[in-house]
Amino acid sequence: MAILEVKDLVVSVEGKRILNGVSLSLEEGKVHALMGPNGSGKSTLAFAIAGHPGYVIESGRIFFVGEDITEVPPHERARKGLFLGFQYPPEVEGVRLREFLRLAAANCQEPFCEFQKLYREALEYLHMEDLGERELNVGFSGGEKKRSELLQMRVLRPKVALLDEPDSGVDVDALRLIASGIEEAARSGTAVLLITHYPRILEYLPPAKVFILDEGRVVKEDGPELAWEIERTGYEAVR
Amino acid sequence: MMRRTRTGLTVELIEEISHEKGEPKWMLERRLRSLRIFEKLPMPRFGPDLSEVDFADISYYLRTVEPVQNWDELPEEIRRTFEELGLPEAERKALAGLGAQVDSEVVYRSILQEVRAQGVIFEPMEEALRNHPELVRAHFMKVIPPEDNKFAALHGAVWSGGTFVWVPEGVEVEIPLQAYFRMQTQGVGQFEHTLIVAEPGSSVHYIEGCSAPRYTRVALHSGMVEIVAKEGAHVRFTTIQNWSRNVYNLNNKRAIAYAGAAVDWVSGSLGSKVTMLYPSTILAGKGAKTENLSFSFSRDGQWLDLGARALHFAPDTSSRLVSRSVVQGKAKSVFRGKLYVAPEARGAKGHVECSTLLLSPEAETETIPTLDVRNDEVEVGHEATVGRVSWEQLFYLMSRGLDEAEAMSLIVNGFVSPILREIPFEYAVELRRLLEMSFAEAIG
Ligand SMILES: Nc1ncnc2c1ncn2[C@@H]1O[C@H](COP(=O)(O)OP(=O)(O)OP(=O)(O)O)[C@@H](O)[C@H]1O
Ligand SMILES: [Mg+2]
Repeated sequence: MAILEVKDLVVSVEGKRILNGVSLSLEEGKVHALMGPNGSGKSTLAFAIAGHPGYVIESGRIFFVGEDITEVPPHERARKGLFLGFQYPPEVEGVRLREFLRLAAANCQEPFCEFQKLYREALEYLHMEDLGERELNVGFSGGEKKRSELLQMRVLRPKVALLDEPDSGVDVDALRLIASGIEEAARSGTAVLLITHYPRILEYLPPAKVFILDEGRVVKEDGPELAWEIERTGYEAVR
Repeated sequence: MMRRTRTGLTVELIEEISHEKGEPKWMLERRLRSLRIFEKLPMPRFGPDLSEVDFADISYYLRTVEPVQNWDELPEEIRRTFEELGLPEAERKALAGLGAQVDSEVVYRSILQEVRAQGVIFEPMEEALRNHPELVRAHFMKVIPPEDNKFAALHGAVWSGGTFVWVPEGVEVEIPLQAYFRMQTQGVGQFEHTLIVAEPGSSVHYIEGCSAPRYTRVALHSGMVEIVAKEGAHVRFTTIQNWSRNVYNLNNKRAIAYAGAAVDWVSGSLGSKVTMLYPSTILAGKGAKTENLSFSFSRDGQWLDLGARALHFAPDTSSRLVSRSVVQGKAKSVFRGKLYVAPEARGAKGHVECSTLLLSPEAETETIPTLDVRNDEVEVGHEATVGRVSWEQLFYLMSRGLDEAEAMSLIVNGFVSPILREIPFEYAVELRRLLEMSFAEAIG
């Protein structure tokens, strides 16, 4: 069953139309790749699904576990089990990563002792022990920010994870870690939408489906081999 | 402007106060001298509008002020805050001026026993005047003389209540000393005088005020704090102020730090209608240090005019003045950071850093640094920033399940955290709750 369903989504940002009727659906426990040229609207789609108020939904609907969440505020979407891993995670001074995540986990009904365990385990898993007491993303390197996003996903255990370029700018070892982290999440039932430019991460994580977004539309949808085809021929062929 | 003819302040009134308290003659003379100075000095020529302060209309001796009689008299906002903070009944009453607090009385006594065993004097000012007249006489209003400004002079004439602390040489007081309600009710905290004398090599932390809102019917609060930190002593003074919104809170706070001494001021300002507060440290001896950490949260209709001053008069002295101001609604926040470095203060180091976070388009802020440096062998610096909460940050936190009020207060807490970290834990927790409540209200 589709756990997240996007139907004919039209989205504009600052009065400019970016998505021109996007439809896609995500299945429980599966990885779905979303690829597309720079500026095609991938991040816009992710923000719109997560409920960013700057991304105005002109028409279309979003269903989460059968429920229409198009009008639901972002924090409530998160509490229902939707997660967005940011392409560019912002820095928040003075707020400690642990403190912030604890609050987030409490809002998602995670008991405190469970949180402690998950947090420690996630820090270890992602080799982030040194970052656990730092301020949220402040002074984190690009790769560290990506790991911090994945750490948050591991602790919050969402039903749906939209991961916006978790593999950009990370080194080989981190890439492997991040990929296996995503795989584990999928195995435990999370539906993943993985936005990426590189088929390399998909080698570790074969997607059930690949969507190609271009100029605000899904122009093609196929099996994992589509990612390699794009790698060879570029986006021209699918336009 | 104040009326030139008859103020409520008369020689007879001062004589009456002094007589009633059974004060020594020298104290009466000092009060009368202060009164004469008060009459000559002009109102402050900078900062908020004080034209509504009517000296004729103020009850100067609080014995004559009726305490609040029942809950219904309290502003609705304050009652609600007490409830949301979950304060115990007794504490609410004390904060509302409805009665003394039993619990704190007990705590106060046990702390008293402990520190007295170390030879520390920790007494209401009036008692100290009786028990240790020479000690008090030697220091009272020597750090801030009445000539300093109009409100210092007023205070010198009508002061009442407050605390005297004297720490013997080499004694380190472990527990922070607090002005408990017993002391506060004596003067209802209107013109209270706090004097702390730390003998060489001693250390003490004093905490004043509290973060829960405190209601008073009196429209003018003008307390004074004087600190003497002798050679190598360390004094830390923490104030949290959350007066009700009818109060003009015009205080004088100053310390003198001798060679190798350290004085830290930590101030949190939340309440009042108008506050003027500029804790200062005179760095009088070689190697003396001061830190001045201030945070403020101004909301609709408030003008919090804050500042910090470090006056370097000796070589190798150092100072760090840090402020974090948050402004919400139609409010105004000012920070005046002043560094003075005298010609003889070679090797002095001073740093002023003020940041403001504006939460609304109507919020106003001003930072006014004054760096007056009279020699070349110094290191001084100044930084000021003004920012707004970004949508990006807010959405990031909300995308993790925090609602807007929680996200906002987390960001604001993060912003003030360099100061909040320095505030004792129980206070910091309560301040956090207050911020959250305030955002929950603003966001609706
Ligand atoms: N806040 C904004 N203001 C103005 N334009 C925006 C805003 N956000 C996105 N856009 C525009 O929308 C289009 C799609 O942007 P989006 O970030 O969704 O692309 P993307 O597919 O994620 O690209 P990339 O692969 O580079 O990350 C771009 O033309 C971008 O400039
Ligand atoms: Mg993008």
